[in-house]
Amino acid sequence: MRSNVPGPIPLLCRVLSLSMILLIGSPVQGQPSLARASSQVQDRVVKIYGAGGVGGLDAYQSGFIVSSIGHVATAWSSVLDVDPIVVLNDGRRFESKVVGFEPSLELAVLKLDVSDLPYFEVPAGTTEAPIARWGDPVLAVSNLFNIATGNEPESVMLGRIAARSQLDARRGTFETAYQGEVWLLDLVANNPGAAGGALVDLQGRLVGMLGKELRDRRTGVWLNYAIPSDVLRAPIGDIIAGRKTVAPVEQDPLLAREKSHNANTLGFQLIPDVLETTPVYVDTVSVNEPASRADLRPDDLILLVNGRRVPHQRAFRDQLRRIDRRDDAILTVQRDNEILELTIRP
Amino acid sequence: MNQRIPPPAQLRPASPAISSLSRHVSIVSMCLALAMSMTAASAEAPPSLWDRETQRIESIERATASTVCVFVPGGAGGGSAVLISPDGLALTNFHVTSPAGTYMRCGLSDGNIYDAVIVGIDPVGDLALIQLLGRDDFPTAEFVPSRQVQIGDACYAIGNPFLLATNLQPTVTAGIISGTRRYQYPSGTLLEYGNCFQTDASINPGNSGGPLYDAAGDLIGIIGRCSFEKRGRVNVGVGYAISGDQAQNFRGSLASGRILDHATLGATVGTDEDGSVRVTNILQSSDAFRRGLRYGDEILEVENRVVQTANDVQNLLATYPAQWRIPLTYRQDGEVIHTVVRLASVHRGDELLEKMKSALPPPPPAPPKEPSPSPDDETPGDGDPDAATPPAPAETEDVMKDAGGEPIPSEAVARIEERKGFANYFYNRQRQDQFIERLRKQFDGLPAKEDGWEIQGTAEIAGEQDSMPFTLVVSGEVCELTLGQRTERLTSPDRYIDSVDRGTAGGILAAMQHWQRMMQTGLDRFGETYAWGTAPLLGQRPLRDCTVGIHGGLESRFYQHPESGRLEVIEAFADRDGDPAELWIDPPQWLLTTNADNLADAGVLANSSDAESAAAESAAADSPDAPGDLPEVLHLRYGVEPLVTLRIEQWTAATQDANAPNATTQGLPESEDDDAK
Repeated sequence: MRSNVPGPIPLLCRVLSLSMILLIGSPVQGQPSLARASSQVQDRVVKIYGAGGVGGLDAYQSGFIVSSIGHVATAWSSVLDVDPIVVLNDGRRFESKVVGFEPSLELAVLKLDVSDLPYFEVPAGTTEAPIARWGDPVLAVSNLFNIATGNEPESVMLGRIAARSQLDARRGTFETAYQGEVWLLDLVANNPGAAGGALVDLQGRLVGMLGKELRDRRTGVWLNYAIPSDVLRAPIGDIIAGRKTVAPVEQDPLLAREKSHNANTLGFQLIPDVLETTPVYVDTVSVNEPASRADLRPDDLILLVNGRRVPHQRAFRDQLRRIDRRDDAILTVQRDNEILELTIRP
Repeated sequence: MNQRIPPPAQLRPASPAISSLSRHVSIVSMCLALAMSMTAASAEAPPSLWDRETQRIESIERATASTVCVFVPGGAGGGSAVLISPDGLALTNFHVTSPAGTYMRCGLSDGNIYDAVIVGIDPVGDLALIQLLGRDDFPTAEFVPSRQVQIGDACYAIGNPFLLATNLQPTVTAGIISGTRRYQYPSGTLLEYGNCFQTDASINPGNSGGPLYDAAGDLIGIIGRCSFEKRGRVNVGVGYAISGDQAQNFRGSLASGRILDHATLGATVGTDEDGSVRVTNILQSSDAFRRGLRYGDEILEVENRVVQTANDVQNLLATYPAQWRIPLTYRQDGEVIHTVVRLASVHRGDELLEKMKSALPPPPPAPPKEPSPSPDDETPGDGDPDAATPPAPAETEDVMKDAGGEPIPSEAVARIEERKGFANYFYNRQRQDQFIERLRKQFDGLPAKEDGWEIQGTAEIAGEQDSMPFTLVVSGEVCELTLGQRTERLTSPDRYIDSVDRGTAGGILAAMQHWQRMMQTGLDRFGETYAWGTAPLLGQRPLRDCTVGIHGGLESRFYQHPESGRLEVIEAFADRDGDPAELWIDPPQWLLTTNADNLADAGVLANSSDAESAAAESAAADSPDAPGDLPEVLHLRYGVEPLVTLRIEQWTAATQDANAPNATTQGLPESEDDDAK
């Protein structure tokens, strides 16, 4: 009988020892501190500086490291119009190159010349065990408002996943190129400079990438969202593995002018090339030419040619020179908020 | 309200052992009382959801009691504040109190509205101290050391956003600390936030001046501003709070009723390519320059905190009041140098007052009020001619009006005294009265004869082997110091100034003369006097109470220990851009040999001797009305170097012939350069 019911004396000892453990451990608080969850990811998030600073465009945003050899995932934006500067958590500054670019995901991947970096796995999750569920607490880690500089830690905000949804469920309400699935968040995560920041769970695992600022055109309501890591996993993996790159190819031979494509043979004209880096905007499209048959339209912005990034008209002309004029040319263009892939057949 | 529930991921079922424990509840609670009297948790590890919720409710309840909702009379705005002392002192933002001027109304969650008056303001750091009137048992908040607060810690903002608290129940919003040691650029030179906290708890207009509490309901800082940009003046998840450390640095000086200025090193720094912080420019008139800091030197620590970037330096400097002396560690030609540096004021003269006028937007217009039928009817009760109130003339046309144009209640009027350069001179006068009272009590054993003092004993001069007899005569404007064969006799204000300027032993006379004058004439006839506030002594805490007296072109600062009230040091300044003569009264033994070479140890020594002296003080306090002991040692220093130590054997009233000008005066050697240096 005694063996079943612990007597008061041993019980007292057990309680005392439990109490001692509690006393030695962290103080009991109404709300547990998320200090560990917040600090453990700081060495994997970065500050990114690039073009901007005029016309209401910010010259800074956030990113996170996805490989030990210096791949950084971030949001595609005008900040990346120049080769961006990346500042690591320890204050080290690097120049970087855009090596990956998924216009439809608003994803860009930068590469720094460095090794042995701590990095985030980009998990895919499974149907049974998704990377996060509705209602889960999450931390948004970003350099919003460029509050931190140098080696100062980025800002950490706490919130919850409000929903997983299609961002274009109400097409036209929100102006965004990305129209796939998102985590909708109940915290004001998408501030200036927060785009490309990391959304992590309380164990420090990557859950998604913070999106850009997004505002309902009519009501003025701001939406806070992140692109889920399972959506990002494949494209980031392809880019890191080198299976996919937007870096211009130089091994394809430069063809003679009459043997290669140019804008005229395809049947459209660009805006005048007056700048060092004039964007590849379509000015006019001739009727009944290859371009018009593929439904290229004036004001389209050409982002990729055969999957290669063309940040300016020089790069565009150069890429066309490497395509035989008898071959198709695949143009990835941005039309308002849509990303379209147009195949132009000569 | 935006209270968060604990994350489900962290919930754990109660362990089976707990249920068996429940039969022995009485034993459990007894054990807890023994072992865990400090925490309110149960014996479960980790704490259950129930415990967390209970604790949170308790924390918020406790915190809410000290939260103040500030309303500017006449409906011209308002904000929040937090009580920090039982007699009603509360911290808030300067930008909250400035539309109100000297008087405002404050609501507490107990449902009562209290009159409140301005005490002191810090326009650069956006802090203000107010006093709620009518009680001496206000609930207060306790500061947590700022260094304990980590990114990710839970926090609560409690206050009066959008001035919603018309029922006096403040709004509670929850969040986490998003960033620590943040720097927010000033607008001009006002409203600079250094080393502040960033939180994602919802902070909105009206939260300004209010408290940011931690999970236990203790005070992290004073909420001040937000990042808004294009989304209008509502929260976007980025709010800032002035650190508790900064607030405590300024608290004592705010209590003096002054308008405070911030500090500058007199040097600029930059972060070098190699990650070191280098001096990029330095003023030759700065104290840092006098302490040896030069262009290109590497700054290592500011007040014993390691700095890694130029931002770190500015961040820390932004948290100090002007004129503070703080420890600085730097590297020069490979050698690490520890010193203390007196920080200069950011503004000069009336510059700060001018900026205050222009920098702040005018308060929103008060709503029109009905014209009073007869202004005369409102005046009775205002001003109390019998009480020892400040000169607030009770004439009808001079009645103090609040921001809404209504007369201020008499209880508040009695605690308002306007004077240029002060937020509220009433509080300054109070501090000065306390100073002189303590001074007289400490030295009531000294001869009080009009003639002054004659002090004799042995003197030790730094760098000289042998001690020698000394005679010190302090008598009105004419003072004389004889060290061995040398005599220095000062007869005119210029001579005192000259003596301090040249850093001679005559600096003792300058300080002694002011000391004796203060004892003899009191504050009113001394010259210009004011309570300065609190400041560290030789870079060491606790902060001492500092009082300033200006007479004959010399400015003296009297430092008293905050608890014992003992006068520890008189600093006599001939010039703001030169070292003062520091006269230490019964200094700790370690100080006598402390110089530039061993200053690094001073901190350790000060702390250990603090404990000793505290014990001695309390022992002394045990014997009531013990006559103040006469000082035994006077010690003169310039900069960080000792010069003269006087060991007193006899302290008497000055004899007649020392005071009377006579023929021998001419024969005495004029103050020859003291070669002791």
